This record gives sequence, C-alpha cells and structure tokens, in this order.
Amino acid sequence: MMHSVTVTINGRTYTRSVEPRLLLSDFLRHDLDLTGTHVGCEQGVCGACTILLDGQPVRACLMFAVQADGHTLTTVEGLGTPDKLHPLQQAFWEKHGLQCGYCTPGILMTLVAFLQETPDPSEAEIRAALSGNLCRCTGYQNIVAAARSAAQTMRPAAGGE
Amino acid sequence: MKPAPFTYHAPDSVAAALALKAQLGDEAKFLAGGQSLIPAMNFRVAQPAALVDLNRLAELDFVRVEAGELRLGALTRQRQLERHPLVKRHARLMWEAVPHIAHPQIRNRGTLGGSLAHADPAAELPVIVTALNGRLRALSARGERWLDAAQFFLGLFTTALEPDELLAEVALPPLPPDSGTAFVEVARRHGDYALLGVAAVVTVLPAGPQVRLVYLNAGEGPVVARQAAEAAQGRALTPPVIDEIAAVAAEHDLQPIGSLHASPEYQRHLARVLTRRALVTALERAVEAP
Repeated sequence: MMHSVTVTINGRTYTRSVEPRLLLSDFLRHDLDLTGTHVGCEQGVCGACTILLDGQPVRACLMFAVQADGHTLTTVEGLGTPDKLHPLQQAFWEKHGLQCGYCTPGILMTLVAFLQETPDPSEAEIRAALSGNLCRCTGYQNIVAAARSAAQTMRPAAGGE
Repeated sequence: MKPAPFTYHAPDSVAAALALKAQLGDEAKFLAGGQSLIPAMNFRVAQPAALVDLNRLAELDFVRVEAGELRLGALTRQRQLERHPLVKRHARLMWEAVPHIAHPQIRNRGTLGGSLAHADPAAELPVIVTALNGRLRALSARGERWLDAAQFFLGLFTTALEPDELLAEVALPPLPPDSGTAFVEVARRHGDYALLGVAAVVTVLPAGPQVRLVYLNAGEGPVVARQAAEAAQGRALTPPVIDEIAAVAAEHDLQPIGSLHASPEYQRHLARVLTRRALVTALERAVEAP
C-alpha cells in the first residue's frame, strides 16, 4: 500500500506517494533528485547520509521516508549555492577539508548543527562531533582545521574576527 | 529497495498501538528509534510483516520525578537522557553511560525503550537499568504489569515482553544514601560497540561497603557479578580487596564469548582493569556523596 508523505525540505514543500519500505535517503535521491545526500553503508556507521531532521542531525538511511511526514528537513542543498557558499563550505574550500568529497555532505550537516550548539569548540570537541562520520581520504586534519575556521567566521559578531 | 516489503501503521495513541499489535501478533514489530531495527531490515536479517511506528506517541516521551523515583518514557531519545538535568541529578550512572552509545546522530533517534526491548548484550542501557534495579512497565490491550530488570532481560536479544506487550516506561528508584556509581567501557573507536564495559554501584554502610557490578558484552545479557558482590561483603575497599573483587568477577562471574577483536581471555583482562577503575571511582563518589 502506498502512503502519502508531505515534507518540507530546505524551505520547499514536497508531497509524494511512497511505499513504506522506501528509505528516507533513497527518497531524497531518487524521488526528489536531491542527490547531495550520499549513501554509504546503509547501517548507520559511515555518516554520509546525515541530514537535519527538525534541526537535529540524523541518518537518512535509518528512517523510512513515510516517517518524515510532517517534518522539516535540511539537506546539503539547503546550505549554500556555488556562487554563495555557506561559511562552513567556504572553510572546507579554503582549508582543503575534502578530497574525493563523498563524505563531505554528511560531515557538513553534522558540523553545521554542532557549531550552532557549540560556537567556540575545542579541537577535542570537534573530533568527538566528527566521530560518527567516516572520511577515508583526508586523515581528518583538514576537516578539523575547516571546522575551527568556520567556527570563527560563524560565531556571533562578538566573537568573529 | 533494501528492506523487504511490510505494512506500515502509525497509530496516534498508545491504545491504538496496543490494539494493532494484539491484532497483528509476533509478525509485527514496534518501531521506536529504528537505529537497530532498520539496519537489520536493510540487510534483511529482520523481515517483519508489519511495523507499528511509535514515533507519534508523545505520551511515551517524558522525563519526570515521581515519589523520589526517576520516571522515563520509553520513547525518550537517548540524546535527551544525555542532556536532561533530572537524569544527571537522579541517575548519574545513566547520564555517564549514554554518551558511549554510538554517535550523536544515532542518539538523536535512538530511544531508551527501543534499546531495552532490543536487549543487545553489548548495549549500555540494559546494563544501567539492571545496575540501578530499575522497573519496567509493560502495557498490552489486556492491562499493565511492572517487571524488575532481573525478570525482564532473559538472554540474547530476548526479553520477557509478550508479543502483544509494549515497553512503555522505566522507573529508577533512588540509590541509598552514601552511594556512588561509575560506568567505564573499552571500545576500539568511540561509538563502536564496547569490547567490555561495567557499571559499578558502591554503597557505604556502617557494616562495610556494598558493591554491585553489572557487565556488558560479558554473556547473553546484562551480567550481574554475584560472586564478586559476595567477596566484597563487609570488607573495606582497600586496593588489594578491590583487586580481589575484580579477579573474582573476571574469573567466576563473566562468560565472555569473544569476538574477532577480543578473545575471551582479553575480555577477562579488560574486566579486571575496568572493574578496578569503576570501583575506585564509585567509592570516591560514595564518600563524596551529600
């Protein structure tokens, strides 16, 4: 049986009819063409599919699309545009926080929520926040550097440089 | 599509959820946070014919204190347990253990009740609820019953819940005065399932301290170290006595089965080391206790 899902993603409302077994990650990519959300392990380990559900980071591969009905999501497409990168994306660009880029959307979504809650993080806090996202290229050094740099630019006026 | 087909139900009251489960039987599963069930479905290790989604049941999502007991709704997210001041104040042991569960993204969805009903022997929350002598409230269309943690966990991924029953709530009684607790575990990476972990509760009494130790990944469920508790009875917890208690627990109380990453011998070694650390910390906190 098909179920109707109405969900607001990056400020736009979508209504679709879905089979209950459709994962939210596949719904985003295949039904809505929001292919910025990547799919890695499909068991909650790698973090590539991390999105914001009502502002909190969650695994899109560990929810069914039908469960998102009535909720508000943010995906990496909701951060910045190629002409106007989000400060976090700008920091990844400047600090070489990515190589192949496969893990990057999930890491951005994890960090954007983290930096909102923790505007002045220590390196240990950044590394703990990243523990649920695997990157196999960078060795994390530049990701941490990007997070630190973004924290400075994103901080409210008082702390910004 | 990764999971096998199933029918989906999203009731908006506990009564409706219970009626559905009674009607659908054991072929249906309750879906709480889904952070263990959905991966199992993605691999088709689990192929339930129907899911009864509990996520609309706000009445199962609460943290409150009643008559001195901490009452936690089964749908309370693990992230909430980690952050709620009442959890820190009334169940410091749980507050200390929850950050070891996977990662923040998982804890944002994962629930207390889901973890308890799943009964993974490597999970933290069953050990914590057992160590704190928690009671669990099971609801069905037939009525309600309360179970002690010792009655609830029956073995590998097995609980005393009947097919028509829903775990609705957990009650954690206050610890006696002059009690201290500690939770420690060793995992290969933060957020992985632990190779071994232990929750310790020490109560300082005039006749000598009382010790309660419960282990994860050391058997088919939360393992209560009864012989170690006996060995501790009435003795001052000096370093040699703590060593002895840790050795009794590791050699006699635990039945670690080992894995690719840790032989049973290594798990026993970890048990000795972690038990010492947990007892020393719990004792310090018991002495500091207001």
